[in-house]
Amino acid sequence: MSVRRVMGTETEYGVLAPTQPGANATVLSSQIINAYAATMREGYGNLPGTRWDYTDEQPLQDARGWQMPRSQAHASQLTDEAPVLDAEQIALAGADFSTGFGQEPASDVLMNIVLGNGARLYVDHAHPEYSSPEVTNPRDAVLWDKAGDVVVQRAMDRVASTPGFAPVNLYKNNTDSKSVSYGSHENYLVPRHVPFSDITAGLIPFFVSRQVICGAGRVGIGALSQEAGYQLSQRADFFEADVGLETTVRRPIINTRDEPHAVAEKYRRLHVIIGDANLSEISCYLKVGTAALVLDMIEAGTAPQVELESPVEALQTISHDPSLKAAVRTNDERMLTGLDLQELYFEAARRHVGNSPDEQTRDVLTRWGTLIEVLRHDPMDAAADVDWIAKLKLLQAYRDRDNLAWSDARLGLVDLQYADMRPSKGLYYRLAARGQMTRLLTDSEIEAAVVQPPADTRAYFRGNCITHFPGHVASASWDSIVFELPGRRRLQRIQTLEPLRGTRELTKHLFDAADDADEFVSMLLGDAPG
Amino acid sequence: MASQERRNTEAQSREVEEAEEAPLPTHQSSTEASAQVSGTDDLLDEIDGVLEVNAEEFVRGFVQKGGQ
Repeated sequence: MSVRRVMGTETEYGVLAPTQPGANATVLSSQIINAYAATMREGYGNLPGTRWDYTDEQPLQDARGWQMPRSQAHASQLTDEAPVLDAEQIALAGADFSTGFGQEPASDVLMNIVLGNGARLYVDHAHPEYSSPEVTNPRDAVLWDKAGDVVVQRAMDRVASTPGFAPVNLYKNNTDSKSVSYGSHENYLVPRHVPFSDITAGLIPFFVSRQVICGAGRVGIGALSQEAGYQLSQRADFFEADVGLETTVRRPIINTRDEPHAVAEKYRRLHVIIGDANLSEISCYLKVGTAALVLDMIEAGTAPQVELESPVEALQTISHDPSLKAAVRTNDERMLTGLDLQELYFEAARRHVGNSPDEQTRDVLTRWGTLIEVLRHDPMDAAADVDWIAKLKLLQAYRDRDNLAWSDARLGLVDLQYADMRPSKGLYYRLAARGQMTRLLTDSEIEAAVVQPPADTRAYFRGNCITHFPGHVASASWDSIVFELPGRRRLQRIQTLEPLRGTRELTKHLFDAADDADEFVSMLLGDAPG
Repeated sequence: MASQERRNTEAQSREVEEAEEAPLPTHQSSTEASAQVSGTDDLLDEIDGVLEVNAEEFVRGFVQKGGQ
């Protein structure tokens, strides 16, 4: 009965080169990847793992028990094919990757790298994406999520300081408020035996309402911002279905992509696409911490029994009301607010964990319960902890001082710039620097997580293969490392299908003992090189 | 007379003192409020300094491709 489980986060950043209006977003995204690769190459003297091993990717496998035919899939669903930039696109960008980032040969523009901290940094749907390494608890999830923000900040700095390249700004948000949305996903490992219908039933009312505790806030109502106003969530207006396989079109509250990246008979990877990207550490912590608790309840059969009459409509109704008074209808004719729903889940979780939860579970529960109370009293009192409230407080101060209508472009700019990843320009970072945002982590912990993998998952093995043998890792993925060794004719593919193996405890002695990659692989395979 | 005057003066000054005391709480809270306002002013001044120059053009130029 705990918040502890294997989990991870993914962030697709908004990307913009202000001095190059209309620049190709895929090219700009690849500049971020290649800039970070250049910093890694300098550190390691070589660049490892630049190819992604797509062998175990199954984006069209549906958790409800079937597979979507490739011919019926939207092109953006085929995430098991490596994206490529053609020479023309690169030439159009007018920047020289080979001199800028030391690429050899010049045509080999990287679209993917695996990092020493076990994360993946790549171009996904014309956005730079950081996928965190697997961790075992919510606090570590926030830590390696924040490490990703530092990774892309370093890449932005590198691009900006490279002659011939225009600065590329990244934004940790989820919409351009002009019809387009991009994701910030969470992944949770769930035992395969838990019926998927239980997961769906238990999670929908929770996901519909959790924006009150961890939404990122947005100026504008509707996918096109066709109405002026403010809402709790970046993502709410882009969801159209309760359950489904898609992530880029007809977005569902519950995504059924069944791509476990682990032993398929034992596990599912629940791929959560409905969250907002958070800058507040507390918002991120509660987002993953409460979701982990709800999954624990679903597995134990203790989740609240509540069903919403119209989940997508409820999601939007709750998002559109910053006073938190709007109520939505349940199937048993009750009218509940987002806070009422969160309280149902919180009370069930408190009963569920009992009297002696572990420290982090107790911490998540305490913060969750306290926040619900504060929000009931006055949402503005939670500005230091919750992104949507921190942003709203700032917007309200501008409205009061300058008498601005919600349609004023300056409020749109505050919304956008809250998520600007440059610490000098990003309004979240300005608030945090003034001590106005509650911190969960220290900057030095985050710096360490930029280069170090978590010790207690297979990410430890992946990250250390990258840092120890940068010249010999040909490719990698969540569940494999492929070695290319001079002493062996074939590539050696090491599978890592158990997320809780490959830990420091199980593999550190091998990294310590091996003099080189060849010896390391021999020890893993238990044979002599040949 | 003199003592009468003094008493009057004392009474007056007591009244004045009381009159000064009475609004004190309001005075204090308005100090807090103005501290908050100046804190907000200070914050907005800082943010005015980092906001992109042409809000309308910048917001209009932030056009993204669809993602997941």
